[in-house]
Amino acid sequence: MADTTETTGARPVHAEAAVPRLSRRRLNTGSLATHLVLSLGALVMVFPFLWQALTALKSLAEVSRVPPTFLPENWNWSSFDQVFTALPFREMLTNSALATAGRTAGQLVFCSLAAYAFARMRFRGRDLLFGLFLSVLMVPSSLLVLPQYDIIQQFGLLNSTPALFLPGMFSAFGTFLLRQAFLALPKELEEAARIDGAGSFRIFWSIMLPLIRPALAALAVITAMTAWNDLLWPLIVNTDPEAMPISAGLTSLKGQYETNYPVMMAGSLIASLPMLLVYVFLQRHFVQSVAFSGSKG
Amino acid sequence: MSVFPATAAAKSAGRRAPGSAARPSSRGQRAAYGFIAPLGIGFAIFYFWPMIQTFYFSFTEFGPFGGHTWTGTDNYARVLRDVTVWQALGNTLIYCGIGLLALPLAIVIAALLNRRGLRGVSVYRALYFVPFVTLPVAVGLVWNWLYNGDFGLLNEILGWFGVDRHYWVSDPSTAVFAIGAVMVWSTTGYYLIIFMAGIKSIPQDYYEAAEIDGAGPLRRFFTITLPLLSPTLFFASVICMIQSLQTFDLIYIMMGEKNPAVGDTQSIVGLFYKWAFMENAQGAAAALAFLLMLLIAGLTYLQFRLQRKWVHYG
Repeated sequence: MADTTETTGARPVHAEAAVPRLSRRRLNTGSLATHLVLSLGALVMVFPFLWQALTALKSLAEVSRVPPTFLPENWNWSSFDQVFTALPFREMLTNSALATAGRTAGQLVFCSLAAYAFARMRFRGRDLLFGLFLSVLMVPSSLLVLPQYDIIQQFGLLNSTPALFLPGMFSAFGTFLLRQAFLALPKELEEAARIDGAGSFRIFWSIMLPLIRPALAALAVITAMTAWNDLLWPLIVNTDPEAMPISAGLTSLKGQYETNYPVMMAGSLIASLPMLLVYVFLQRHFVQSVAFSGSKG
Repeated sequence: MSVFPATAAAKSAGRRAPGSAARPSSRGQRAAYGFIAPLGIGFAIFYFWPMIQTFYFSFTEFGPFGGHTWTGTDNYARVLRDVTVWQALGNTLIYCGIGLLALPLAIVIAALLNRRGLRGVSVYRALYFVPFVTLPVAVGLVWNWLYNGDFGLLNEILGWFGVDRHYWVSDPSTAVFAIGAVMVWSTTGYYLIIFMAGIKSIPQDYYEAAEIDGAGPLRRFFTITLPLLSPTLFFASVICMIQSLQTFDLIYIMMGEKNPAVGDTQSIVGLFYKWAFMENAQGAAAALAFLLMLLIAGLTYLQFRLQRKWVHYG
């Protein structure tokens, strides 16, 4: 995604000529003001996280001081140790990672298969079924969780990792997103492959799927983020600390350390860091998946 | 979007595809159902069947040892009579109203970022999006600390301007707004990206023509950007409304059970969670969930009706 501003900056030569020099200087002070406003906004967005990290490194005595210190007097790492002894934080992080991986892998497989059929194959009841599948998008999750809990219980899966990702493996949004991507591919691809004698699955797997890689990546990052951040469902199915993901784990940390903010900041920092790292490396895909979800209308 | 080029063209091309595809063979049909089956089975088990069951639950009472007794519309009557439901509904609508403030904020930032020749656009965009990526539970804890009445940074900063110390999250009169502000803070970056993509699709010529005609930046924003962005804005407002009507995570983590303002901040989903999983009132919870869906559907319908008045399709 190239930024418009980067390309348009050099383009309108004729417009530049029409604008007198005086207003070009005004343009510069204007752009300075713009930067000022935008930086202030960026500070508001990012500063809470800096404060979180600084608090995590202070002692409990230091954070209870008025006025507060900015940098820690002594860099104190003990809060991080405390997080790991207070709760099975290591297991919780593993649970979150497994739940995220399971949900993402499941959606990529199930949604891409169905999306391919909806986009590229003809069969009776296709549009009706697609409409039915899409209707899932409209249903609030609170309408589903009571029976979903019963199902997980009947499967004997309460307090297990599969409980965390099972319902989330099936997604209407993912199917819709991948279907759009498949629709955009030219028709000739399949015809040529079919003449060469390839079967439906072969065409799907080795020709079509690789071509929608950007859409798959977009779906993967947005699903991973949703899975990592999920709270309501894990609170319901996995009440055993050893089986909780990190999001639910943090709520019990809060219960234990109601006023110990260095420990809570350390815990929340550890819990949010993995997804932030993924974001730093795959930023482009995050932006694409969000921009796509906005162009749905 | 670069991921999905020429979607509409491909769609129409697919429709009139001639030859073998016009009449699906039974073998091809079977293959198609095979592709759909895994997702279909998952949907049936985890979505369609639960929907039917919740509907049934909403007319029953759960026995202490499991089992349901049919109670007709008692649950609905109970929900509608319950004061806490109305309070939760009021809170939820307040969250929704505050949450929608993220949209104008995001549009203004998107318009500023659209300034010709501005450097560092992708850096700004990346920074504004960070709160949205961050674990909501962690966000809640960080803001609890900033809002803290005794040692919080917010009180300290406001103190420089002579504002008195305040217990933002435990005072019932400010708690809803304190939480709502965090909702805005964490979703603005999401809508920013949506609006930036929308603004990018506005032809640059419009701006150039307007500039030659002597229209200033404000005028250009209101006569070009805003009208041409209105379909995106409409879509974003539907998404924003649906999301904020179901808000739960932030409230759950920021309030805790001992907070005196719990009742004043509880959302409908929060009340649902309490009834369904802590107070063993599944029947009433199911009825509440259905009323929530009706509320969402009703407000969405209203938005679609109202869009004719203000959305500008070029």
